[in-house]
Amino acid sequence: MTGNGWSQIALFGAIIVLLVKPFGYYMTRVFAGERTFLFPIVRPLERAIYRVCGVDEKEDQHWVTYAVSMLFFSMAGFGTLYALQRLQQFLPFNPQHLPAVPSDSTFNTAVSFTTNTNWQSYVPETTMSYLTQMAGLTVHNFVSAATGIALALALIRGFARRSAQGIGNFWVDLTRSVLYVLLPISVIVALFFVWQGVPQNLDPYVHATTLEGAKQVIAQGPVASQEVIKIFGTNGGGFFNANSAHPYENPNALTNLVQMVLIFSIGAGLTNVFGRMVGNQRQGWALFGAMAILFLAGVTIVYSVESGGNPNFAAFHVDQSPSNLQSGGNMEGKEVRFGIANSALFTTVTTDTSDGAVNTMHDSLLPLGGMVPMVNMMLGEVIFGGVGSGLYGMLIFAVLAVFIAGLMVGRTPEYLGKKIEAKEVKMAMLALLVLPLSLLGFSALATAVPAGLAGPLNAGPHGFSEILYAYTSATNNNGSAFAGLSADTPFYNTTLGIAMLLGRFFLIVPMLAIAGSLAGKKIVPASSGTFPTDGGLFVALLIGVIVITGGLIYFPAVSLGPVAEHFAMIAGKLY
Amino acid sequence: MLVQIRPAILMIVIMTVLTGLIYPLAMTGIAQLAFPRQANGSLIEENGKIIGSTLIGQNFTSAKYFHGRPSATTEPDPKDPSKTIPVPYAAADSGGSNLGPTSKALIERVKAEAKKLQAENPGVPVPVDLVTTSASGLDPDITPAAALFQVPRVAKARGLPEAVVKGLVLAHITPRLVGVIGEPHINVLELNLALDALQRHR
Repeated sequence: MTGNGWSQIALFGAIIVLLVKPFGYYMTRVFAGERTFLFPIVRPLERAIYRVCGVDEKEDQHWVTYAVSMLFFSMAGFGTLYALQRLQQFLPFNPQHLPAVPSDSTFNTAVSFTTNTNWQSYVPETTMSYLTQMAGLTVHNFVSAATGIALALALIRGFARRSAQGIGNFWVDLTRSVLYVLLPISVIVALFFVWQGVPQNLDPYVHATTLEGAKQVIAQGPVASQEVIKIFGTNGGGFFNANSAHPYENPNALTNLVQMVLIFSIGAGLTNVFGRMVGNQRQGWALFGAMAILFLAGVTIVYSVESGGNPNFAAFHVDQSPSNLQSGGNMEGKEVRFGIANSALFTTVTTDTSDGAVNTMHDSLLPLGGMVPMVNMMLGEVIFGGVGSGLYGMLIFAVLAVFIAGLMVGRTPEYLGKKIEAKEVKMAMLALLVLPLSLLGFSALATAVPAGLAGPLNAGPHGFSEILYAYTSATNNNGSAFAGLSADTPFYNTTLGIAMLLGRFFLIVPMLAIAGSLAGKKIVPASSGTFPTDGGLFVALLIGVIVITGGLIYFPAVSLGPVAEHFAMIAGKLY
Repeated sequence: MLVQIRPAILMIVIMTVLTGLIYPLAMTGIAQLAFPRQANGSLIEENGKIIGSTLIGQNFTSAKYFHGRPSATTEPDPKDPSKTIPVPYAAADSGGSNLGPTSKALIERVKAEAKKLQAENPGVPVPVDLVTTSASGLDPDITPAAALFQVPRVAKARGLPEAVVKGLVLAHITPRLVGVIGEPHINVLELNLALDALQRHR
């Protein structure tokens, strides 16, 4: 670890803190339908979309209608993406003449991009035509992110409204997310990325003759336009196989910093939207505080572990110590321009959220370094989270935290003046239990059948980690991988696809039920017996609930993977 | 409930046109006008032939060139397309080794690479980036330590004084942005091009 490494991490943290308020203010106004500086340009387009789709923007939807709208929209998106992949050989913008994507891989990819997971069992540059990348994958990068933001807003309205029937309008929330938030920033940052070196063309792959006379085929494409929304919408599906480690996707340390900031920005901003909408910004800062503490813990562990390097290299006279001339540390699966600090930071950021883009190969992280992204995802990606999903995941934990606090003191729990009763707690528990069921159930299945055991590249505990990581990533809609796993097989494509669906919709539907139920409740005036949820005690309790429930559920599985591997590594055992 | 089907279908169509066609194609048009070199992949041409991209690493094996990092990329086997063979710096199929830290294959590979490198510069510890594969398999850079390590070999192969080669290396270090962001690194292809140019002018 170096002073410079820590200053880079501190710089990133400072930028995020400074973004929270202005971005939260802007988004609050947008989703309330108030005037913003983009109004004159975007508003006419927004109204035209409602007219064409037959949407009444004043209509307030009941939570069931809201959920049904979201489900129909997801199904329509799944259908178009499936068709596009299967028909790409007949369609334009396919200069490499790539054939139709195989059906099991198509199913997996369609689920993966509809659910904002962006797990990729395929190698993009040898599988997807430019049209599929643009009109299929880029579109879902936008709309699955917009869906997440919409859902977070619905839940916030549940807390903010009193004695209300509805929780907003899905179509309006979706449209505004795209038009006022995602698209304008994508346009600006895409051009910035091109300036910095990210390609944006529709040309065939370039055939170069290298300095030593060898042939090199260099993949091209409309990369920048997809890169920005991949990051900003916490999608994470790379234009190229190597994702944000590829020099065309992430050419230098500045683009890397911008990418990390974009990954956190919406999730962090939404905590402020939450505070503003419930009428007390400190409530938002309390959630932000809990997220920030968990984030710092994660990045500290990854950075210190990876800086130490691989002890097995020591015998070969390899220099892994940091100096002015090299960053040192465990450089397997890392890029020189990022070094250890930026790789550790990106790894933490991408798994705190549901992004899943990588600038370093997680499979080659040291055992405890690789454990952090896994645990981040297992905790439900509530640390800033996916766009929207982080906030609603965190609010489910908040409901649970006040419930447990209520049990301790023997009072009916309240959160933001709303009584938390049996229905809310049951729904929160449903969401919290389906995820481990999918994650651990499928991992157990894969380690018990030959089709599952054929997957891992590495032997020993690391092979188990590859399987566990895959289902963790799929269930939590992250999409990053211990990429040694050969996941492009019917068994993995299908089971991972199901895990993604369970993880997305069994979190969303119970969450909307909570929102609907809360919106209908009256506000109980605060009294001296009310547990304050905007202070340090609540933050500590919230972190405690997240860590303890996560630990109780997942510790046995984690101990078989990264923990076992750590001790094997210290003992010098190889597999 | 079923009335929501119509907006669902129309909305995905509109979003596909807006974010899937208009947006990327407009970005392509603007990018081609404003930043044509970058938008087309930062390619380097010499005598009308494309010799590569400044952003994409290429494979160097000759003693007179600085070498990049090991690369774990593969290409389909020409004899049997269902299999792959190792082809370093295959820029149409990026990726890392994905070997875990306790992998025998990883440790054997590092051991062999380190041994080979030690032979060319005995007694000097081998910088770790020279024995580890990058995440993309296309890393265009090496650390300053890795470049300095190779100076004796390159100088000898080219019949140049070590001080001259070392000076060129130091002149090619890209420092951290504003002294803070990123890591110091050297673009291998640009350094090698500069070496060739240096000898042409002598």
